[in-house]
This record gives sequence, C-alpha cells and structure tokens, in this order.
Amino acid sequence: MSLKNLNGVHIPHRKNTAGLQAVRMPPPATVTIPLSMHIGRPANCVVAVGDHVDVGQLIAEPGGFVSSPVYASVSGKVKKIEPMLQFMGATCQAVVIESDGEMTPYANIAPPEITDYDSFIKAVRDSGVVGLGGATFPTAVKLDVKDTSRIQEIIINGAECEGYITSDHRTMLDRTDEVMEGCRLLEKWLDVKKIIIAIEDNKPDCIARMKEAAAGDDKVEVRALPCMYPQGGEKVLIYHVTGKIMPEGKLPIDVGSVVMNVTSVATLAHYCTTGMPLVEKCITVDGSAIKEPKNVIAPIGTASGEVIEFAGGFKCEPKKLVQGGPMMGVAQYTLDAPVAKGTSALLAFNEKDARPVTPSACIRCGGCIDHCPMKLMPCELERAYEKQDAEALKALKVGLCIECGCCAFQCPAHRALVQVNKLSKVLVRDYDARMKTLKEAGK
Amino acid sequence: MNSDMIVSVSPHYHKAGATTQRVMLDVIIALIPALIASCLIFGVRSLLLVAVSAANCVLLEWVWNKLMKKPDTVSDLSAVVTGMLLAFNVPATMPIWQLIVGDFIAIIIVKMLFGGLGCNFVNPALVGRVAMMLSFTSNMTNYGTAAAKVDVLSSATPLAAMGNLNFSHFMTLFLGRHGGVLGETCALALLIGGVYLCVRQVIKPTIPCIYIGSVLVFTFLFSGFNGTQAVLSVFSGGLMLGAIFMATDYVTSPLTFKGQLIYALGCGFLTTMIRLFANSAEGVSFAILLMNLLVPYINNGTKTKPLGGVNA
Repeated sequence: MSLKNLNGVHIPHRKNTAGLQAVRMPPPATVTIPLSMHIGRPANCVVAVGDHVDVGQLIAEPGGFVSSPVYASVSGKVKKIEPMLQFMGATCQAVVIESDGEMTPYANIAPPEITDYDSFIKAVRDSGVVGLGGATFPTAVKLDVKDTSRIQEIIINGAECEGYITSDHRTMLDRTDEVMEGCRLLEKWLDVKKIIIAIEDNKPDCIARMKEAAAGDDKVEVRALPCMYPQGGEKVLIYHVTGKIMPEGKLPIDVGSVVMNVTSVATLAHYCTTGMPLVEKCITVDGSAIKEPKNVIAPIGTASGEVIEFAGGFKCEPKKLVQGGPMMGVAQYTLDAPVAKGTSALLAFNEKDARPVTPSACIRCGGCIDHCPMKLMPCELERAYEKQDAEALKALKVGLCIECGCCAFQCPAHRALVQVNKLSKVLVRDYDARMKTLKEAGK
Repeated sequence: MNSDMIVSVSPHYHKAGATTQRVMLDVIIALIPALIASCLIFGVRSLLLVAVSAANCVLLEWVWNKLMKKPDTVSDLSAVVTGMLLAFNVPATMPIWQLIVGDFIAIIIVKMLFGGLGCNFVNPALVGRVAMMLSFTSNMTNYGTAAAKVDVLSSATPLAAMGNLNFSHFMTLFLGRHGGVLGETCALALLIGGVYLCVRQVIKPTIPCIYIGSVLVFTFLFSGFNGTQAVLSVFSGGLMLGAIFMATDYVTSPLTFKGQLIYALGCGFLTTMIRLFANSAEGVSFAILLMNLLVPYINNGTKTKPLGGVNA
C-alpha cells in the first residue's frame, strides 16, 4: 500500500511473555463480577443472594440495546450483590460468588442454534463477547448492521501494539482454529466478502501460523503491518489496512469496515461451537514488580492480586497496578480490583517505575504534533483547555483524540497531555449541553 | 489491602531520555565545536566570555526564581544555552560588564518577565545582542583585534568587504579565520553542531536549510545575479549561527512543518533585504526577531488538518 503511514511512536515492547503458553489458574475462593464490564448500560442482575450458580450460567441480562449479558465464572453460591467503586469513579452492581472449587459447568449449556442472520446476532449477544482488546464495545451491537452489504471488509485486529501484552499473541498461536472458525462464522452469516487479519510484523510466528491456517480460505487475508504504536487503534488500523478515513462522529461501519479483536473472534467461535460464553480471560502478568512474567487464564471477577499471586507473586512491593497496557491501561487503586472482560494484562510496577513524572513548562517543541496519529495539536489543545475555551477545543477537534498517549509518551516536559484531552472532552460535552439548554430556553 | 498504590493517568511509561534538560544539553554539546573554534581563532578570552555569560544567566534565573518565590528552573539548562549563545554574539574584546548587561536583558527582561521558559515571544539571546549592539556599538563591532595573530580577511566582517572570491578566501571564510563575533565565524564548527542536533532529532533540518538556502537564492536574485556575493552571504555574518541555533529555538519558531517553511523563508527574505537594502549589518538578528513576532500568527494559519476532521 503506497499510503503514507500515520505518525506514532516506537515504544519499548517488552513482550517477555510471548513465548509462554497460557496457564489456567485454579478457581479462586471468591470472584467479584462487575455488571458493567462493557460500554453501554449495565447488565441487570437475575440471581439473588444464596442462589447456587454454575460456570456459564447467566447472572445478569443486558440492560438495554447497547449492553451485554454477564455469566458466572465459577460454580458456587452467590454471597453478596453490592455496589462496587469502579476506576472511573462511578459505582456499579457487582455479584460476589463464593466458589465451591468444583467449576461445574452449567447444565443447560449447549451450542446455540444458528439458522440465519438474526439468530447469529442473538448468539453473538448471548456469548457475552465485547471488544476484548480493551474497548469493551458489545460485539453484537457492532455486528448488528441490519444490511450486511454495508460491510466491505472485516478487519481482525491482531496488531497488539501495546507494550508487555501478549494475550492476543497467544490467542493467535494457541487458539488458531477458533480464530479461523470465527472467520468462517462471519463469512457465512454476515456474508462478508473479505476478512483481513492484521498483525504487526514484530510477531512473525503469529503471521506464519495464521497464514498457514488461512491458506485454504480465499476470503481471508493475513496482512503484516509495520510495527508502530498505535497500530491497533481502530481508526489507525482501518486507515493502514484500507486507506479509509473515519470521519468525526462516525462508526467504522459508516466507511464499510468492521474491526474485531482477534480474541473476541476466538471467544465468539468458542461459544458457537461449545455453548460456553465468555467466563474467563487470558491475561498477561508482567511489569517490574512481578517475579515471573506469565500468561494466566483467569475466571472473570478474580481479584488482580490473586492472579498475580498465582503467576508467582511480586518480587518487590508493588507501587502501581495497571489493568491493560502501559500506554492506555488504567491504574487501579487496589489489588482487589477484579479482572473484567476487557482486561488483557495486569502490570505491576516497582517504586521507580511507578513514581509519577513531574511536568515542567512546555517548550513548544512540537513533538506532540509530530507524533499524533490523528494529526491533532496536543500542545495547542492544552493551551485551550487552560483557558477553558470549549470553542477552541472543538475547533482543534479534541473529540478525535483516541487517547493513545503518543503525545505524552514523547513529551520532554512530561506534560499530562492525555489527561488534558480527557478533561477537555468532558468540558466540551458540558458546554454543548449548556448551549443546547440556552438555545431551547431562548425559543 | 494496599491503599498506597499510585494512581495516575496513562501513559504509564515515557520515552527514555526525553527531558527538557536532555534537549538543552544536546544544544550545549552542539555549541562546543564552535566554542573550540572561537578559542583557536580569537584566543582563550572567548572561553572566559562564554563561561561568564553562561554562569551569569544561570545565576540571574536562580535569583529571580528565589525573589519571586517560584520553583527553581535552572536545572533545565536553558539559561546555559542562552548565556552561551549571547557570548557567541559578542567580539572577543567585549568588556565583561557589558556582556553582563546583555545577559540581564536576555534572562530577566525577555525571558523571566514574560513567564520563563516557553513563554518568551522573542529569542532572549537575540534581544540581548540587539540591545548591546545599540548601547555599546563600538565595542560590539570591534572585530579582529584579538585575532591579530591569524590571517584575517579584513578588519570588518567579510560582508562589508565582498570582493572577488577565490578558493583560499573561501576556506578562510569556511574555517572562520576572519574577524567577527565569537561564535559566528567558523561555518565548519557550526555545521558540525547542526548535524549533531539533527541526528539527535533535537531540531529538524527544515528551518536551517530553508533559511540558508533562501538567503543564497534571494541574494543571488537581488544582487543582480552575483554568484560570488550569494555564496559569501551564506558564509559570512551571523547567518550560520542564526539559522542553526537561533531561528530553531522551539519557543519562538512555528510548530508545524508548513509553519516552519513560511517562517524560514521569511527569515531568509528579510535577512537578504536588510543586508542589501538597509543601512545595517544586523540582517540576521532583525530578520529572526521580526519573524519571531509573527510566529503566533503563522501558528494560527498553519494548524494541522486532523484525520477525519469535519468542518462544522
């Protein structure tokens, strides 16, 4: 492709766990399953305290169209249903299940009957699959395009451009057949003409394995992409694979593309063949405070600290716990933070790496502009935010920011540019709402 | 369980070695070849001037922050850069107290009064130079005497004595064995510094190349197609020093490639116009200062086009 690549940064990969097959951890004593592990409305609890549940049994049904069901990840007794403080500062209901250690599968588990488009979408919904790369957008909503001819291609995201994380890497190596089965399901029920599996070229083993597996399927293409961060960002990936630019406020389907994470595809295939929904997640455990970096398959709802203990524990006191990658992951305030559907990594850092950087004055070097994949001007956005100038922020298109962190990563003055953009989006949203109210009042 | 966990917004790691201090240290390293050259050409007094000026700038910034009860900022090394550049802009015979006045104007008036690093709207070292030029004109143009022991092309800077150019004259110019202010004469040393900055990705070659190139072209065009004068104009006066180290100052140059193009062309055009048609030898200083003033407007007019941005 002769297109000019978007800007980005080269981050230290530290993919220490790429060669390690995932190990399944034994059921923890209790799991705390949040009912809001996806974008959209929280799921509504359908069990009561004292109920016995088995693995794969529905514990909460979708709370709206943009929502996703939640299943029990261990067998045992529902101990508590209580509000839980999430990292965003909001609270959501969480179901605490005391495990009986048996991991008994739910008796009614059976592969879904798929006969047409509608039953396929229902199966996707029932699988509980959301964007497992971390975006956690319900997959069923993404695939429910009504008119399948709108889909020009499905891009399967195996870029995994973040540092440390190798859980998608392991999916491609260890669950190759399920990824291919997922491709066939998409081809069959969504009538997709083209599926492109996009993988960064720092994973030659995945590229080789997927190419071999896709050899017999002329609708599936495996595409090696140059290694850059944020290659796996949805807008970046669509541009680099197809050359299409996603306009502001539009969805990928508006330009004819659907992007799915490779683990989401494998998990969907797993549900369609076995009937077991999303109840566990392969998680990369790594970081400077971790004794033995590992890939661990953990039941959803397991406390982060327990997953790390299983992996071998800490080699020094952890000062920072990040769920997700080092560029976009979310720092947790407690080791009790449960593993959710979108958790792909648990990174624990020692005191040196956890120490917050001190910002100094912006020297106007323009590096943030040179490295922004969306061609934004982070240093100018920061100035506009300092003035609380919502109009200027809108003109500078803060809404297009994908919060990848390239600007802050390379900033010599260590300005908190991502934080500013996150706050700016809130500022713009409040401003728009206020203007709307004023306008309506004036009528 | 563990309540003293540190929580911060992503990203959770930063580019190794990306600090303001490192950027400024690279600029200092890039200035060292020119410093060595000036010691060889003008004697060790140039080293004294550079040391005094740099130390003085650091001291002024430190005292200012103390008096204003602001956090100390001297560790970012930007004051050292300003001090060195200012000393590079005076002749070797400059009285030290006059240089100290220049430092005061640069650091206190231009930099700290406007809010410190990142907030000054013109290049502090250049304003310091212009102020000294206007206040102490005879001392500022007293070139050459310290260099009596070397073969000087002329007593004045060669711009004033443009004649026929042969190879030995050219080498004299290129190696800087002629009268002038400390840091501007040795083109070779300045180019080494410029290449170092580009390799370290501290600056992009855009501004120096366009600036120097446009001076060459404009001089050629406006001097009645005089090739000798065009080449001389590149290697004489403060152009190399200005184009590589002054015009590229982050704070006072545009943010985007397009903006830098306009800015560098403007610098080149103004330098040529002042040199050829104005009664002043301060082409480079005034050209860069004038373009510095336009930077906010250039930045406004050369914003990037966000990917997928839709104009309302």
